[in-house]
Amino acid sequence: MSSTTPSPLALVAEVTHRCPLHCVYCSNPLELTSRERELPTDAWGRVLREAAELGVLQVDFTGGEPLARPDLADLICTARGAGLYTNLITSGRPLDEKRLDELVTAGLDHFQLSFQAAREEMANEFAGARAHKEKLQVAGWVKKQRIALTLNFVIHRRNLDQLDEMIALTEKIGPGRVEFAHVQYYGWAFANRSRLLPTRDQLDRSLEILKRAEERLKGRIRVEYVVPDYYAKYPKACMGGWGRKIALITPEGDVLPCHAAKILPGLSFENVQNRSLRKIWEQSDAFRKFRGEDWMQEPCRSCDRRTQDFGGCRCQAFLLVGDSAATDPVCSLSPRRNVVDAILAEVNAATPIAAAPKTEWLYRPNPA
Amino acid sequence: MIPALEARPRLAPGCRLRDSAGQPRVLLMPERALQLNGPSLEIVQRCDGKHTVREIVAELQARYAKAKPQKVEQDILGYLALLHDQRAVDFE
Repeated sequence: MSSTTPSPLALVAEVTHRCPLHCVYCSNPLELTSRERELPTDAWGRVLREAAELGVLQVDFTGGEPLARPDLADLICTARGAGLYTNLITSGRPLDEKRLDELVTAGLDHFQLSFQAAREEMANEFAGARAHKEKLQVAGWVKKQRIALTLNFVIHRRNLDQLDEMIALTEKIGPGRVEFAHVQYYGWAFANRSRLLPTRDQLDRSLEILKRAEERLKGRIRVEYVVPDYYAKYPKACMGGWGRKIALITPEGDVLPCHAAKILPGLSFENVQNRSLRKIWEQSDAFRKFRGEDWMQEPCRSCDRRTQDFGGCRCQAFLLVGDSAATDPVCSLSPRRNVVDAILAEVNAATPIAAAPKTEWLYRPNPA
Repeated sequence: MIPALEARPRLAPGCRLRDSAGQPRVLLMPERALQLNGPSLEIVQRCDGKHTVREIVAELQARYAKAKPQKVEQDILGYLALLHDQRAVDFE
């Protein structure tokens, strides 16, 4: 088994679920981990060294908000010392210039700063917190350091028409890279989906704007974006394929093939406190369940695209049609594509929402 | 963007060669990793903000003396343009 199992290339380290923001599309599970159950510094240190030995090249420190952990600089230092490329995926709070200096000195390679909108009032509404102004200040501090900066705009129905403003803000800040990431419908976003899913017209306009920006900014700012998969013809290769490239570790140390895997029935997850990361990656039931092609149903099983998209997303199959081994229903070849089409028909028939009252959002809370 | 011969390429912030002995050389950057070998590694190793493009071309022409000098130059300019478009290299 171990000789044929590919090594993971990236480790997603969800070091905490605590967060000063309460974003309505947060990818964290609905059940959040409390502070007392978080892995301590030395356990994370061991896991990071094990990841490097296993062949991982990059680690994403994420959460929740990784800055909520006072030992973040230590974790970055350990990761860098083990030979890993270190990414910080962050809301930028709470941070000051002195702490940023400490993180950079510890070996931080790449600062990925989230933005909820270009306009302050909207950004604060989606985040459920007054964070936008501080983010602008943080971006200025990061620009003074010799590390990579990516801006990550989360886009959806309510802010997609302000894409031009987001691109203008990006140019003003001047990062090396910008991501326009459509909301993915899991966790809190699934709960708020009817308010977040864009219309077909919005999407078509936005793709034109993004293509133009990508061409115009080439060589200055790398522009990256993807089509939201409900509107796609074929599913995304979720996580680059189950158990092929990426492992995710939750704040309490459970090792998952993806962010949302805990919603899948019948799967149990092993913890890095009890077993090595290598053994979990190669042998645990959760990673073997959908690795390779044996689990696939038709039409995936005989489809030429199965080596490109690996059947799409298991969590989406479960959330939309109740079968985690089904072809991802966003696929135009899926016999259950009608479920996705019905959702889109509803979104596209509705009159445009000008400004839904704030109280209609389901906000992600902060765990104890 | 094709660089001028007097430009000094330098790895962009957040882009670096992985420094682990004995393993394949990899250029690490945001959300990407490029495996390098032979000429591509030799070019990237010289993207230090000190070598000019002209100097990199001359050094690799000397190293690959059997290849046509014109072809070596074109390949280097093309590869540097590609790295620049991916925001892996700045021309200073």
